[in-house]
Amino acid sequence: MNIIVCVKRVPFTQEVDLEIEAGKREVDRESLAYVVNDWDNYAIEEAVRLKEQGEGTVTAITLGPEEDEEVLRRCLAMGADRARRIDPGERTLDGQGVARVLARGLAGIPFDLILCGVQAEDDNQGMVGIMMAEHLGLAHAVVVTGIEPQEGKLIVQCELEGGLDERSKIKLPALLTIQTGINEPRYVSIMGIKKAAKKPLEVIPLAALNLSPDDLAPQVLIEELFLPPETGGAEMITGDPAQAAEKILQILKEKGVRA
Amino acid sequence: MGGIFVVVEHRQGKVREITLEMLAKAGEWKNDLGGDLTAVLLGWETGSLIEALKGRADRILVIEDERLKNFEAEVYKLILQQLIQEVHPSLTLIGQTSWGLDLAPCLAVKTGFPLVTDCVELRIEAGRPTALRQMYGGKIFARVSFKESPGYLATIRPGAFSPDPSEDHQTEVIKKQFPAGLPESKKQFLELIESEAGEVDISQADFLVSVGRGVGEEENLALVRELARSLGAVLSCSRPIVDKKWLPKYHQVGTSGKSVKPKVYLALGISGAFQHLAGISGAGTVIAVNKDPRAPIFRVAQYGVAQDLFKIIPALMEQINRN
Repeated sequence: MNIIVCVKRVPFTQEVDLEIEAGKREVDRESLAYVVNDWDNYAIEEAVRLKEQGEGTVTAITLGPEEDEEVLRRCLAMGADRARRIDPGERTLDGQGVARVLARGLAGIPFDLILCGVQAEDDNQGMVGIMMAEHLGLAHAVVVTGIEPQEGKLIVQCELEGGLDERSKIKLPALLTIQTGINEPRYVSIMGIKKAAKKPLEVIPLAALNLSPDDLAPQVLIEELFLPPETGGAEMITGDPAQAAEKILQILKEKGVRA
Repeated sequence: MGGIFVVVEHRQGKVREITLEMLAKAGEWKNDLGGDLTAVLLGWETGSLIEALKGRADRILVIEDERLKNFEAEVYKLILQQLIQEVHPSLTLIGQTSWGLDLAPCLAVKTGFPLVTDCVELRIEAGRPTALRQMYGGKIFARVSFKESPGYLATIRPGAFSPDPSEDHQTEVIKKQFPAGLPESKKQFLELIESEAGEVDISQADFLVSVGRGVGEEENLALVRELARSLGAVLSCSRPIVDKKWLPKYHQVGTSGKSVKPKVYLALGISGAFQHLAGISGAGTVIAVNKDPRAPIFRVAQYGVAQDLFKIIPALMEQINRN
């Protein structure tokens, strides 16, 4: 099975104080560290595992500036065979634009299956994968927590709400969006990334894809970003840890869960 | 032309709460947009579903067919596209759920309408919606506008709105035929699987000590486990802990895990993704400990401690042991 995995490099924001740029349309990314999008990390792992079960190739693809090749090299170190970066140049795209570019930009790569993450950690949109599937006329399934190849088809398990999962049979070629927890992504060492540097990584400029300005024009615009109020509505317990602990125990007593 | 479509989400013969939430709120938006509020119901054996929707929309558009017994995004997309072409709703609302994630993006491409996902608020100004949504796991809010279009698509976050309608609608039920000539679906439903029961049932616990990503390493879990035991609480967790296989799934609180309703929920190192917060809406008192004062969990907690859990847990243990 030949598999394409779409990956995105995103800022690492866990326990990081985010700031908004003066224009109020973007987060100040200057001081942020970058990582591979968590969902995509599971997707690339799943692709490599599927490849290891049989035959075929895994290609990692991303849309972004040169720095984003960092996540492609990581994918190559995890076991992808080759990588492609589409360079957007100066153009800013919204979700539907990204989907159009990726759908067009994977031309020439043989595939039976495309894997994307359920969503990206930064935008939290969850739309690009399924939009790509529609552009390419592929079968699709979302929030996938299990994949089992079976005679030219796949049995997929998808997470619904309330602890329910759904199993279905899907025809290939297909696009699946992968949920976190589907597997345990392998560790990537610096050495591994160095070794994978010999694997092919091609760059295609957006202009080479022959998409019209209409195709690329954003349909959705961010008017304003703002920070939520600090600590919301909670009554904040201050003081040193001992004082905070004392107050917590007192609340537990008041609420009747502790003698 | 005009009006609002709400795509009815249902499972195992029941209308899902998100549908009632969208209908209740859409009743308000309709006043700014003009036209009717239409619930679009695609399914099989829809009798009780129609009953549950009566009074909540001006119209229920029903297509009942055995081929609609199980949700299939590809089929829904084609039928909805046809209905949108016939009725021309200005706005089509879909839940930000597993259904919505599968359906809304492909419907957007098919219709060419702009889509904003996971909206927590929507406003109609001069016939065009602007939406409020969250980014970076709830750390940033964004106000977004749609490019001018004959129709707009939005997915709505579950729990963002109350399911109680502000007005009672006279509901007209219109039944339509399953469209002819639809291609065979590329995906075939097999079965639903309930997650396995575990040693403890967190949904029945009165007191939960719950741990999230902030715990950092697997070996630190022992601290939290010991705290829970000392306090006589049941241990639960957020999604990242189960993703890493540090605890079995039956400990997981949230939309894909379990909804809980303890008297007290003590959240340690949980930032509060909306899927998690949805699972604790029934909790009596939420006490949250998180280093980040902007963590979304503090927006639903009654009490907050913006400190390192590795300082708070030992302090708690010391005082518990002293008494």
